[in-house]
Amino acid sequence: MGRRSSSSPSDAAFHATLVLAGLGVATVLAGVAWEVLDLAGPAMQKGGLSFLTGTTWDPVAGEFGALPALYGTLLTSAIALLVAVPLGIGSAVFLSEIASSRVAAVAGVLVDLLAAIPSVIYGLWGLFVLAPLLRQHVQPAVQSVLGDVPLFAGPPLGVGYGTAGLLLAIMVIPVVTSVSREVLKAVPDTQREAACALGATPFEVIRGTVFPYARSGLVGAVVLGLGRALGETMAVTMVIGNRYEISASLFAPGYTLAAVIANEFAEAFSPEYLSALGGLAVVLLGSTLVLNAAARLLVRGVRHGGG
Amino acid sequence: MDAWLYPPPPQRTVSPRLRWRRLADRLFRGAVVASVVVVLAPLAAVLATVIAKGAPALDLAFLTHLPKPVGETGGGVGHAILGTLFLALGGLGIAVPVGVPAGVFLASDRMPRLAGVVRMCADVLAGVPSIVVGLFAYTLLVMPFRQFSALSGAFALAVIMLPTIVRTTEEVVRLVPPTLTEAALALGAPRWRAMLGVVLPSAGKGVAAGIIAAFSRGAGETAPLMFTAFGSQFLSWNLLQPIAALPLVLFNYAVSPYEDWHAQAWAAALVLVVLVLVANLVARYATARRSA
Repeated sequence: MGRRSSSSPSDAAFHATLVLAGLGVATVLAGVAWEVLDLAGPAMQKGGLSFLTGTTWDPVAGEFGALPALYGTLLTSAIALLVAVPLGIGSAVFLSEIASSRVAAVAGVLVDLLAAIPSVIYGLWGLFVLAPLLRQHVQPAVQSVLGDVPLFAGPPLGVGYGTAGLLLAIMVIPVVTSVSREVLKAVPDTQREAACALGATPFEVIRGTVFPYARSGLVGAVVLGLGRALGETMAVTMVIGNRYEISASLFAPGYTLAAVIANEFAEAFSPEYLSALGGLAVVLLGSTLVLNAAARLLVRGVRHGGG
Repeated sequence: MDAWLYPPPPQRTVSPRLRWRRLADRLFRGAVVASVVVVLAPLAAVLATVIAKGAPALDLAFLTHLPKPVGETGGGVGHAILGTLFLALGGLGIAVPVGVPAGVFLASDRMPRLAGVVRMCADVLAGVPSIVVGLFAYTLLVMPFRQFSALSGAFALAVIMLPTIVRTTEEVVRLVPPTLTEAALALGAPRWRAMLGVVLPSAGKGVAAGIIAAFSRGAGETAPLMFTAFGSQFLSWNLLQPIAALPLVLFNYAVSPYEDWHAQAWAAALVLVVLVLVANLVARYATARRSA
């Protein structure tokens, strides 16, 4: 199999069609990168590195600094990972190691449904349910205990970095869970059996043999989750608060790269403005490309029997 | 049975170390179960809120009417439901003819090095933020025409759907036993006939499931439509004009200051959730039956 024994012209034509379609997929990815770079070109040439380090975003004056949005993206993603990684990997352990196959099947479908709900609906829920809940109950409670810590300073608005990070966590968890679950399933049973035979408890089996074997894949799952968090747009746009500032407080409103593009692109009035928004997209695209490629390599290593 | 007839079981001494190990095991399992509960709680919360707040505002008029101007009550999202179907089906119309053959190519195991590159591209494309995909469609199809259009929106959705279609097609075509291909070849069929006449039909359900899953993914997307399809107040079938979409309406109503629009946003959310989750479950059901 796989060798072309006798290749008729029609076969060659068919194969060529398939190859062409495959190249089409690669072309789309290249096209995305090319067009975004092309759009951002002027802004990157004009601003250079100061585009990344500038803190002012004033389209009317033609001043574009991306740092506050970059900061918001990194901060919200960090919060999301902090919450999503333990919960996501914990759920994956439950699904692949602890639950009976029937329970795992049902819970697995539910986790996947979590991923299927559109981002804008999480945004709606975040705006009208989560944010008021945090504003009225959680944020005042936290401040009454830790009010002096700059991390929790400022008026409780409901919207802001913390809310966006929590909402992001909900959306990142299914990614971390389903990839981790796949990775854990790829760990050979002989590994578990060997540890069981030595008298290890289930916890010791998982910690001592399953996790070390799956480590690179689990890292891959986290990196994929990070990629998702960085690029997530709608839900964050609705609860981040849309203030172009850098604040230390998790309760403060801010902005993210994706949210700036979403809110301003359709109304950008000058080529420089469009180009600057393209520059934000380049940062976003570049980081997600690198993260996704790295994550896929890590995950594939485990699935194909690496260690 | 009289207990005293039998000698009591030997007193087993549990060493403190073993007790600690058992406790650690219990704590770990408890934590793992708790994490699943915490993870699924938002699913329940979101769905419950969407149903509770969406159902009261939902009626036939909402599903079929056009929006009313601000201040007037009533009005619906009929234009946006049709717009979303139009955009998502249009996206499939672009993505399927590329994605399915590309998936077949990946499964054919010919030219493995190129296949590896294509597979990587599909994976990475799946991770490209949807807002960046919207930007791509904008520069490609909106800037040259100086016009927001349904076509550019459908194209953006196609880019988002493509990786799902490619990877599912590859997976299900691989599940077809090679003996089927061999049987067709032994009967003298050329490879392309073996593929189109035997392999693809027997993988058909799985391929369809991938396409439905891609539809479900595309229909819920908002970000790539914001500056491509853009949205519209009217019913429109024109490929070169802006068109309404349910997620866009939902977003615009949600961030508006009007109570009435907020209620309509929840109703729109209910419609969207039903559309997306039903498509998702149908796709899952089809694949589950295939691999069983």
